[in-house]
Amino acid sequence: MSVIPAPFSYHRPKSIAEATALLAEHNDEARILAGGQSLIPMMKFRLAAPEHLVDVGAIAELKGIQRVGDALVIGAMTTQHELQLSKTATDAAPILKEASLLIADPQVRYMGTLGGNVANGDPGNDMPAVMMCLDAAYRIMGAAGPRTVKARDFYEGTYATALATGEILTAIEIPVPPAGHGYAYEKLKRKIGDYATAAAGVVLTTRGGRIATCAIALSNLADKAVLATDAAATLIGTALEKPALDKAIAAARAIMSPAADTRGTTEYRTAVGGVMVERALRRALARAKG
Amino acid sequence: MAKMHVKMNVNGAEVESLVEPRTLLIHHLRETLNLTGPHIGCDTTHCGACTIDMDGKSVKSCTVFAVQADGAMITTIEGMANPDGTLHALQEGFRMMHGLQCGFCTPGMIVRAHRLLKEIPNPTEDEIRFGIAGNLCRCTGYQNIVKAIQYAAAKLSGAPMQEAAE
Ligand SMILES: Cc1cc2nc3c(=O)[nH]c(=O)nc-3n(C[C@H](O)[C@H](O)[C@H](O)COP(=O)(O)OP(=O)(O)OC[C@H]3O[C@@H](n4cnc5c(N)ncnc54)[C@H](O)[C@@H]3O)c2cc1C
Ligand code: FES
Ligand code: FES
Repeated sequence: MSVIPAPFSYHRPKSIAEATALLAEHNDEARILAGGQSLIPMMKFRLAAPEHLVDVGAIAELKGIQRVGDALVIGAMTTQHELQLSKTATDAAPILKEASLLIADPQVRYMGTLGGNVANGDPGNDMPAVMMCLDAAYRIMGAAGPRTVKARDFYEGTYATALATGEILTAIEIPVPPAGHGYAYEKLKRKIGDYATAAAGVVLTTRGGRIATCAIALSNLADKAVLATDAAATLIGTALEKPALDKAIAAARAIMSPAADTRGTTEYRTAVGGVMVERALRRALARAKG
Repeated sequence: MAKMHVKMNVNGAEVESLVEPRTLLIHHLRETLNLTGPHIGCDTTHCGACTIDMDGKSVKSCTVFAVQADGAMITTIEGMANPDGTLHALQEGFRMMHGLQCGFCTPGMIVRAHRLLKEIPNPTEDEIRFGIAGNLCRCTGYQNIVKAIQYAAAKLSGAPMQEAAE
């Protein structure tokens, strides 16, 4: 087991334009370095051996959290620690802080970034499901210019996303959910610093105590983060009464296919995946006003 | 690969060096700067024995490249004692409350607890346990580490000091 990364050239651009130019120049041989808390371990195990590392940590344009009208715009290089301290972010979408506190451990959260978490493409990352619940959009910049991809369309498989070679995810744009919305992120893990055995996020709104809109998304329960569309649809107009809730949990379990690993068998992780969905739904409904 | 010039402030001293880009900060500290306080426990970002303070953040130095620390302010356990050479309140707390046995995790624990107390000067026990969750200890069972941090928090906020645990 090697723990010394393969040699590489290091670049530290000061602007997005400079970074995209470097990425275009080195193409497949270049990799973006953000907080490094996923990439550096992969490089130490030689699961990644980029020849050029483009550290985007000195690009001021990638920092900051802003409320712009009905949207919350979070720069890709915002760390989990900074996100947790941001009143702007927590006031607009409190599920962000709730989920962020369940990620890794304090040291990893000081370095790990939101952009890195959503761009990484590891199904064990927690933020992709949260972004799917919130219907966030990712702002992307490449040599060909800017584009935007919805979180719900971004994930293609393990370490496979809509990002093309040479593109940088620059910011995350979150439509601020209505005041009084309910939310919860439930994560079963063996200990602090572990990826989810199973996790589920919920964002919903209610009218007269009944669910009016609902989004449910799952982490580490398939080869990518997934939106449980059918499960959510069965709950519209309900207050999580027994038959509807059971139908929703069954619909969510139907799209789970977690790998058997040290966290449990496929059956076990699917079973507790349903429990996470139920807990998240109940907590979200209890928090909702309307 | 060509070596790169890096400059950092380590425990109050400006140090300039040439490093290979792939050099991890922990190796730079231990092997080039002879600061062997930060330990390598797991080398896989799990144990926290390599924790240092970098620009006001607790960081696992086995998971940062030395080139990323160019221009940074770094504190390791070697920089924790008071300027007059007496022990920092945390070091004293770990001694008084038996917060260490083999001592392998201690440099990381103390540097991490230092940042925790800067952010939360009077933490609850839960806040301490959550705050040091990135630092593993194979010996103590954490009980006396929590007490040591409570000792330091009390001392730093000027409370009258209790006697050592037996
Ligand atoms: C002990 C430990 C426990 C962990 N537990 C969890 C957990 O419970 N939940 C969780 O979600 N994560 C967990 N992580 C991962 C952690 O959250 C990482 O910080 C995160 O996955 C990646 O973010 P980063 O900023 O560190 O990115 P990096 O490691 O720097 O990059 C990750 C990948 O994303 C790419 N990338 C990064 N930024 C961009 C960008 N702006 N545009 C395009 N591509 C980009 C990189 O090229 C790389 O391929 C854990 C990590 C460790 C070490
Ligand atoms: S040696 Fe760095 S976390 Fe264990
Ligand atoms: S005192 Fe031995 S590992 Fe903590």
